[in-house]
Amino acid sequence: MARIDLVDLAQSYSGNDAPPESFALKPVTMTWRQGGAYALLGPSGCGKTTLLNLISGIVTPSRGKILFDGQDITPLSTQKRNIAQVFQFPVIYDTMTVGQNLAFPLKNRGIAKAEVDARVKQIADLLDLTPYLNRKATRLTADAKQKISLGRGLVRSDVAAVLFDEPLTVIDPELKWQLRSKLKALHRELDLTMIYVTHDQTEALTFADTVVVMHDGRVVQSGTPAELFDKPAHTFVGYFIGSPGMNIVPAEVSGHEARIDGHVIGLHRNYGVLPAGKKIEIGVRPEFVDVAAPASGLLSATIERIDDLGRIQFARVRIGNTKLAARVPPGFSISGDTAGLIFNPANVHVYADSHLVEGVA
Amino acid sequence: MDKTINQKAWFLVLPVFLVVAFSAVLPLMTVVNYSMQDTFGNNQFFWNGVGWFKELLDPSTDLGGRFLASLGRNLFFSAVILAIEVPLGIIVALSMPREGWSVAACLVILALPLLIPWNVVGTIWQIFGRPDIGLLGYVLNHLGFNYNYVSNEVDAWVTVIVMDVWHWTSLVALLCYAGLKSIPDAYYQAAQIDGASRWAVFKAIQLPKMNRVLLIAVLLRFMDSFMIYTEPFVVTGGGPGNSTTFVSIELVKIALGQFDLGKAAALSLVYNLIILIVCWVFYTVMTNAGSERPVKEGAA
Repeated sequence: MARIDLVDLAQSYSGNDAPPESFALKPVTMTWRQGGAYALLGPSGCGKTTLLNLISGIVTPSRGKILFDGQDITPLSTQKRNIAQVFQFPVIYDTMTVGQNLAFPLKNRGIAKAEVDARVKQIADLLDLTPYLNRKATRLTADAKQKISLGRGLVRSDVAAVLFDEPLTVIDPELKWQLRSKLKALHRELDLTMIYVTHDQTEALTFADTVVVMHDGRVVQSGTPAELFDKPAHTFVGYFIGSPGMNIVPAEVSGHEARIDGHVIGLHRNYGVLPAGKKIEIGVRPEFVDVAAPASGLLSATIERIDDLGRIQFARVRIGNTKLAARVPPGFSISGDTAGLIFNPANVHVYADSHLVEGVA
Repeated sequence: MDKTINQKAWFLVLPVFLVVAFSAVLPLMTVVNYSMQDTFGNNQFFWNGVGWFKELLDPSTDLGGRFLASLGRNLFFSAVILAIEVPLGIIVALSMPREGWSVAACLVILALPLLIPWNVVGTIWQIFGRPDIGLLGYVLNHLGFNYNYVSNEVDAWVTVIVMDVWHWTSLVALLCYAGLKSIPDAYYQAAQIDGASRWAVFKAIQLPKMNRVLLIAVLLRFMDSFMIYTEPFVVTGGGPGNSTTFVSIELVKIALGQFDLGKAAALSLVYNLIILIVCWVFYTVMTNAGSERPVKEGAA
């Protein structure tokens, strides 16, 4: 149980002298609260596994420090750090029974047998592994094996955090859902800090109360799922989270107005005069853009196709070379292949060089 | 599903069948034929039924005595070299580097003894161990050890065993190394997280994952050492006395030295049968070792 602080932590696999742009993890400073459920979300190769391995000590950082409850544990080996980690593919000790597998991390630390048995029993109950406790672990299905791996991660009650490295990759979608709910329940039950790495936004948003989005070795935003949805701090977050992702459109912005192709869109906040030389874009989620019949006051776009998601329909439209997605309001039927777009000004954000610009209300 | 029946498929099997027939089955049948007969040369043969086999298994006869004594020596030899080479091979494999240029260097060095022909290995050790001009023999005697593999039985045995260990431990080490390399990094990382000691990692991860290759290594080394001929023949010639005369050496003496084709044929059949049985037992035991046994409900 501990608060984890990362101080200026960075990792380069090709040495500390490598150019900063090549770092697998660019310097990051952040805090993980005791008892929190975190998700590290990002595409493959964005550095999330590196960050996880730095925390668990499998990788030693090129720069920076890791503090557990204010104590610098950077030089400590994995064994000496109080951390548990579950890997992408199930790791099973073949010669042991399920029970022995679960007891392994406790036995190695010389914990008394009675306590080991009690703890193994509790975890096995929580994970529905009790009927298998005396079975050899080798012949079980992939999801049962992964449950054992999860169990070994959770069995120690004193860990600073439990790290999950895409643990549900090998699990069937149906069971995935079950196991994820199970994990969420376990989090409530056991009061452990959990950090869950994934590239699947649904997984991240359903599991975590704080989602940390990574992109190209950087932490670009960390916040609740609602914050990430409503106010992405980076165009990448807008694009990566949500389905379809946020519309990012190049625009000229000054004061309360954004200009696309000469057409003016009103903004809720005042942006004054933005610095020259930066790439200015506006971002708006498809949920906050409605298609309407073409009219002179509206930005007009060419309709390419309609995606029917059942409860909601999205129109894929094009303005010049920029593609957008927009909501088709219920009851609206499209005629012809052009439409007007209505923006909801409260949900239009402005980005300079991909970073959110805070306007003045 | 209905099976398609196509008798033409037999033609595809025919080449293999012919090759195996001429290379294995027919020569073996010739041996079976010899084993039932006696000859005094001159291509004259006399029917002897199972007489040779009876003699072979009766220690009071000359043939039986020689066979059983050499068989005992051979089994002892195989047991000793397995007991040395398997653990030693595992240790070598464990201490090899996992990556970098040194891997290639280690592999080449390990492979060197395996590339040397048997009789050359024998010759090397025959000279190496000589007390008058051999480096090993000379140095040992100089240090006060009365080492002479020509006159002392124990010295002869030690020489033959050390030679075999030198020649073949590499094979076990290479196989084990291949087994170790196939273990995903995640296992080691998980073991680190679980706080496993070096010994626990070996017992819980490395040894079980090497199971398969170790089976192959033990089988190969058993068969090879049980059939050993050239190396001890070159070094000790089976001596001093009969102390290092293994079954194969005895067989060659009977077949080519005395030209007792009937006895030799009977002996080689029994020899062959022993190897088959031992290998089958090994294989069955070791492949079943890792499989699940029924566990009593409620057992701890």
